[in-house]
Amino acid sequence: MDNPYRPYPVRIDEIEIATEDKSLKTFKFVFLNEEDGEKFSHRAGQFAELSIPGKGEIPIGIASSPTEKGFVKFTVFKTGVVTSYLHNMKVGDIMGIRGPLGNSYPWDKLEGKNLVIIGGGFAFTTLRASIVYMLDPANRSKFGKIDVVYGARSPGMLLYRDELFEWERRDDINMHITVDGTDDPTWGYNVGFVPTIVEQKAPKASPETYAIVCGPPIMIKFTQPALEKLGYGDEQIIMSLENRMKCGIGMCGRCNIGKELVCKDGPVFTLKELNRTPREY
Amino acid sequence: MKVIQIDKNDWNRGIDASRKAYHLFGPVTDNNQSMFKQLAPDQYPDMEKPDTIMSPKSVLFPQTEKLLGATLDPTAENHHIMERPETDYSPRAVIGIRPYDARAVALVKLNFDTPEYRDPYWCDAYAATTFVGLAVNQPSVTDFSTAMGSGPFAEEGLDALLVDAGDLYLAKVLTPKGEAFFSAAGFDTVADTDESLEKIEQLKNKAETAMGPLAVFTDKLAQKSILDLHGAPFWEDLAFTCINCGTCTFVCPTCWCFDIQDETKGNSAARFRNWDTCMSPLFTKHGSGHNPRGEKTQRVRQRFMHKLKYFLDKYDSGTMCVGCGRCVEKCPVNIDIRQVCNKMNSYEPQK
Repeated sequence: MDNPYRPYPVRIDEIEIATEDKSLKTFKFVFLNEEDGEKFSHRAGQFAELSIPGKGEIPIGIASSPTEKGFVKFTVFKTGVVTSYLHNMKVGDIMGIRGPLGNSYPWDKLEGKNLVIIGGGFAFTTLRASIVYMLDPANRSKFGKIDVVYGARSPGMLLYRDELFEWERRDDINMHITVDGTDDPTWGYNVGFVPTIVEQKAPKASPETYAIVCGPPIMIKFTQPALEKLGYGDEQIIMSLENRMKCGIGMCGRCNIGKELVCKDGPVFTLKELNRTPREY
Repeated sequence: MKVIQIDKNDWNRGIDASRKAYHLFGPVTDNNQSMFKQLAPDQYPDMEKPDTIMSPKSVLFPQTEKLLGATLDPTAENHHIMERPETDYSPRAVIGIRPYDARAVALVKLNFDTPEYRDPYWCDAYAATTFVGLAVNQPSVTDFSTAMGSGPFAEEGLDALLVDAGDLYLAKVLTPKGEAFFSAAGFDTVADTDESLEKIEQLKNKAETAMGPLAVFTDKLAQKSILDLHGAPFWEDLAFTCINCGTCTFVCPTCWCFDIQDETKGNSAARFRNWDTCMSPLFTKHGSGHNPRGEKTQRVRQRFMHKLKYFLDKYDSGTMCVGCGRCVEKCPVNIDIRQVCNKMNSYEPQK
């Protein structure tokens, strides 16, 4: 990015309502200029700023995998001015994407390891990118066992349902889908908060196993002791944080935790790194 | 080292000559506020009152700056595509900037010009700017710049340093940019180097002596642990009187935090950045409502920890305070960064 504040122009190619309450939509974007698409080369775990001229920008985790070519996807929760406007936009509308931004999950270090992927709510987006990346035929052999614990408030709030149940049927990945609660008698999966299911279903720690955690602050707070009970060390717990951001490139000064900037030095940190910083996230 | 001698009677003539090549900024009083502003064609820098309430940071980092613009007219070919507006980055000179403010520019550069990202707006303005400093012969009572890596005659970040020597200025030419400015101004009387440097040294010693012995200490800050300082018991007391007005951050020459906001007028969209402050609760409030620094004590701690510890640990370039004393002077409830710095520097956690 010559000018890191200038978004690449993109066109909305598809919009999918992701949850039953319609508060989440998945947007598929294509770049107006092919060369911009080539420059936008991301790693799973990174985020980008979705940019609507005249309305503003929002930092959102990239939901598509680097192995999915020709487009980029984001799942957006309708919560504020920009996201509400975006939810009302149509296929064919022009807007902008700025990024990719931040670090990513440490893929070089994770190759050859077993992974436990833990996600809650709509923070599952970058974890979806990671799972698709690891399950790609070109990559699957690079990783050992893969366990996924993913929870939402209710069955209707689960993201990427088709893919979740497709992964559930595969024998090279262990899915532990859960909901906080449900009155659906046909629900055949777990009921309980993510940290509880982690404690019950996630594999015990080994030197070859790493846990990746992404979710709301409260979920992160209670998942950490659950993993520690299973024997995971501080370097084996990898977390993706969310802090309020504006610039996304480490300059506006609002997303720091200690001397680290979540947008540039993160959003991915090991618990060992976080233990050296004030808990301001 | 070349020293130029400028007769004060020739000063305005030189300023006028330099206008042909430079947009000039200097200390002026406007609406009872002394600040650095772009000089009107018939306006001269007030060299008698350069200790401005507001620092010159707005020369490179305007309080409000348009970053991008776009048309929303769907019939236009480039609609909704944001582009940088045309901005005049022809040469500009800041006359009379104090040495502590010039050091602040050098520190702020570490944020805006990084190996990963370069802020093109700040960097283009910086590249276009010549800094002609004015040494501080009579430091104010709140000036503690010598303790913070600067000083009344410090040269860091300057292209030239003017020293008021009575009827004349002695001007140390420090960089080719400084040389070019004096050339454009027609100031070309080279002074006797040894004699003028001796005179400058005398004035420097006099100014530093007037400031008294160092009373603010930073020598132990690097050894302290961030977590120890963050958990120190004194933050609640320090923050007790704070009203989160943000004055300290706005008058500070090194505070660079900003917000980004969009505006629409008719079919025209613009994206602006505005100075922002870590004193505001909204500064870190998530869309979810979660706020990592929702209490004022957390925000006051953030400001001092950023300036005196996080910055020091991150860049190894001293603290993010240059000792100008503006925040001390302007704080409505008398919170004093000098006391906070000393508390942090001497803090030993209970075992």
